[in-house]
Amino acid sequence: MPDIIQTIIGKYNYWIYITLMMIGFYAIIAKNNLVKKIIGVNIFQTAIILFYVSIGAKWGGTIPILQNVHGEGGAGAATHAIKAVDYINPLPHVLMLTAIVVSVATLGVALSLAILIYRRYKTLEEDEILARIREK
Amino acid sequence: MKIIGLIIVGLTGLLLIYATGDFPDWGDPASPANNYLSTRYIEKTMEDTSVPNIVTAVLADYRGFDTMFETTVIFSAGVVCFFLLRVFEKKTDEEGLLRHNATGITLRIKGVEKISYSTGEFDRIDNLWTPQDLIITTACRLLIPFIQLFALYVIAHGHYSPGGGFQGGVILGSSIILLAISHDLRTSLTRISEKGAGLLCAVGVFIYAGTGALCLLLGGNFLDYGALSKILPLDPVSARSFGILIVEVGVGIAVMGSMIWIYSNVSSAGRYREGL
Repeated sequence: MPDIIQTIIGKYNYWIYITLMMIGFYAIIAKNNLVKKIIGVNIFQTAIILFYVSIGAKWGGTIPILQNVHGEGGAGAATHAIKAVDYINPLPHVLMLTAIVVSVATLGVALSLAILIYRRYKTLEEDEILARIREK
Repeated sequence: MKIIGLIIVGLTGLLLIYATGDFPDWGDPASPANNYLSTRYIEKTMEDTSVPNIVTAVLADYRGFDTMFETTVIFSAGVVCFFLLRVFEKKTDEEGLLRHNATGITLRIKGVEKISYSTGEFDRIDNLWTPQDLIITTACRLLIPFIQLFALYVIAHGHYSPGGGFQGGVILGSSIILLAISHDLRTSLTRISEKGAGLLCAVGVFIYAGTGALCLLLGGNFLDYGALSKILPLDPVSARSFGILIVEVGVGIAVMGSMIWIYSNVSSAGRYREGL
């Protein structure tokens, strides 16, 4: 029994991200409206961002900004050693920091493609667009 | 179709949950991702760059190439939105109504589309015009300078606190977007024109790549900011810190420009006549 509880405590964060990711995935494959698909892509992306950030977590670690390194008056600079255990992993944060802004930019591109499709077919519903393509 | 989708999604989810069995526990300091490379970043950042915020140092120095091309991606997203959506309409000579804001008098003028609204004295009245709400415009006018000031703080203080070019650039861009939402797109275009936004985008990327090229000219590697110490009165470690600041400013400008550019293209569907 303690084994199961240990597993749940150790892994439940991944399960939450997988649930979120599957919500986005379902929206991508099953929804008919293109804007809803774009929202699905964004939910999927959010799940991956959360997943990456959670990889960098450490019990007992603080944010990756070094403390007391400059010292007061410059005299006490770096008198104590910096231990990697005290700070969480900065690398996933760096990757996701850029990914968030890039996701906003790609969302803009996706929306402009949706606007173009609407201009041409006067609808954003996938089945109606396909029907209109077949008519021609 | 929906049921098939649900089954596929469920199966994928179960498979992924089964795969998490091999993952390290949450917050485990001994997990592979938290050792090897990141240990070096945490322990050596101060010696190498004298930047306490490890995220900033890794973003702009150790992984400078990555960030440079992320900035290029944002720039190209702005360009793509422009090329996909922009519709250039011929300015016609048709009659239109102008409202003088101070007195409330409405004038009928020929060739109304050719007049610029940069002074803010006149509003164009057409079927898109809505009377501006006094409370919203006044509140936004008060808020926007402070939002921009905070954005500058976030960019400039990225070495010592959470922040940096990406975050500050987005906040700067959002202040202009707030102006476009609270007033209208025309008002925001008088502050930063379409050309201006596109130019800012390119200038930001240019500053980033130019800093890298400058290091190359001074005898270092591309984006090796230590070489800047030859023209700055700084030791190589402080020069790295300074180089990171220049690069972050470039990123901030590029992100701000592309946010405004993308917003004005998408919200007006490329016609630049109405906003949201």
